[in-house]
Amino acid sequence: MTDGKGDIELAGVYKRFGDTIAVDGVNLKVPDGAYCCFLGPSGCGKTTILRMIAGHEDPTGGEILIGGEDVVGLPPVERRTAMMFQSYALFPHLTVRDNVAFPLRVRGLDKAERYKTADEMLEKVRLTELANRLPGQLSGGQQQRVALARAAITEPRVLLLDEPLSALDEQLRIQMRTELRRMQRELGITFIHVTHTQLEAIALADLVVVMEKGRIKQAGAAREVYAQPRDKYVAEFLGGQNVISGKVQSVNGATLMVAAPDAKSIVVPLAGRHSISSGDSVDLAVRRDDLRLRRPGVPVEAGWNSVNTRIRAIEYQGAFVKVMLEGVNDAEFVAYLPERDFFTDPFEVGDVVVATWVAEQSLLLS
Amino acid sequence: MSATAPFVRFPARSRRRPLDGADTRRPWTFWVLATLFALYVLALYGPMLCIYVLSFQDLRGGLVFPMKGLSIHWFIDLFTQVRTGDVKGGFERSIWLAIFVTVLTVVGSFLAGLAFRNRFKGDGIVFYLMIGSLVAPGLVLGIGIGLLFQYLGLPATWYTSALGAHLSWTLPFGVLVMFAVMSRFDRSWEEAALDLGASRWQIIRMVVIPILLPGIVAVALFGFTLSYDEFSRSLQTSGPLNTLPLEIWSMTLNVTSPSLYALGTVTTLASFLIIGVCLAAITMMQKKRARTIS
Repeated sequence: MTDGKGDIELAGVYKRFGDTIAVDGVNLKVPDGAYCCFLGPSGCGKTTILRMIAGHEDPTGGEILIGGEDVVGLPPVERRTAMMFQSYALFPHLTVRDNVAFPLRVRGLDKAERYKTADEMLEKVRLTELANRLPGQLSGGQQQRVALARAAITEPRVLLLDEPLSALDEQLRIQMRTELRRMQRELGITFIHVTHTQLEAIALADLVVVMEKGRIKQAGAAREVYAQPRDKYVAEFLGGQNVISGKVQSVNGATLMVAAPDAKSIVVPLAGRHSISSGDSVDLAVRRDDLRLRRPGVPVEAGWNSVNTRIRAIEYQGAFVKVMLEGVNDAEFVAYLPERDFFTDPFEVGDVVVATWVAEQSLLLS
Repeated sequence: MSATAPFVRFPARSRRRPLDGADTRRPWTFWVLATLFALYVLALYGPMLCIYVLSFQDLRGGLVFPMKGLSIHWFIDLFTQVRTGDVKGGFERSIWLAIFVTVLTVVGSFLAGLAFRNRFKGDGIVFYLMIGSLVAPGLVLGIGIGLLFQYLGLPATWYTSALGAHLSWTLPFGVLVMFAVMSRFDRSWEEAALDLGASRWQIIRMVVIPILLPGIVAVALFGFTLSYDEFSRSLQTSGPLNTLPLEIWSMTLNVTSPSLYALGTVTTLASFLIIGVCLAAITMMQKKRARTIS
């Protein structure tokens, strides 16, 4: 406990369970006081990383530094981390106040002292009236706030949250999301939050870490990961992008032409990638909300890409309209159209349309 | 499937089900099953009830109906007459034996429950060895233990050989109950406690035991009652001094007065008292934590 800082550094962290590799050499730096989300499908190793930072699992190899100190082998208390479990793990036999005061009880504080601190904490999470209830008498959202208060009362420098919102229903999830962010600002400590929900990650995090099969695919700010996905996996996992695969036709200066079925040819900015030559297979992404649909025969301006397609389904989403199109190479191909624009000249399912977008907005994936 | 497939209607007898409250008559099957159940209860408790009733006769009372008079004479007789045997001593020995058995069963089952949460080498063999003694006939097991003590030159007494014989019966039971209780224990409670700074011992004391307490009381109850009325395993292992079930058995051979029945009434009351106290304790704990384990 030499440093009160909660910056985390993972260096070549590796974890094997029997024959399976759960975490395959992860390197990452999380700055002090950041809200960091690990995002990935189940089994991608994100929870294992969280548990290794918490000290509930030992890495097979590599270093975990918190505040510049290697914490591998130290018990959770000495790491000054606190974990909020997916099931909240509230002690069923203790009241809300006793649950929150539990960390102080095991540290040997007397009853008056620990209740005073616990009551202050309960006020922070607005649970004062429920202090004498048992966890079983609380709603999911209230239970979560108790778990948060219990974890925060130890004044940790890092708070680790394992799928904290997965047990809640949709409306409460969005509400608690705001609450988590508020608590993080108030406490001013590092939060590591594990989730498989893309929207949750990009709504909350300063730093989004996208994982697949024990490896980090991309780590960056929410907007960067969403709008500038590095590869096909990240683009598809975060959603909001259409991924088109094709062969390079020609490279001219700063752009390249990609040939794909049903498209004349797609122009993509090269963005500094010079190792690509004609004949290579490439993936490119275009944001769903960048697509514009036109009826056949309507001229397409220079500098726009176009793909001939047909409307497969239409879903009204309130703020926008989701139009599902027949994809290039059977991939998912979706346009998000502004609601007002769509209804000035609505399309029907089965209509033949031309999907167009500004060529500059295409993104070449690695 | 052709488009003109006729719509098949059920025959006319499938009438509309009577709506709730419209038809309050019970079906005939209810009466058949209710009669069957009443007969079952009568067969179960009738004989015991006869003994309790007959124990309240007066001096003229015999071992069979009809009832002669009404008094507590035979209860007084039970505790004052020497000829009825060493009831008081047998009762004390049985209670103490049951208490020892209960303590050892609770401790052993709890530790076994903790151990079997993780797989370990040979766990299957250990488990089946433990369950094996449940299947072995009690009398044979008792004879075996008696023989072993004789062979080793140790005197068979109620607090050594009989204690062991009882444990061979209560411990596997206790472990099985403990497994069922443990299966509802969430490991993340322990992890959370560790995360919050509790030591291993604090986790056991402040989290594991309090959460499992209703189950532990159930194991204790099992251990106590199984030991308290155990006969076959005690027969060859208690040595010169009888436990209560052995005392009652020997009385059936030479006592021909209703004091035998009075003894039955007293021991039953003692059993019910102990069970009642334990159940009340469990109920109170359950009530206290309301709908907690979600």
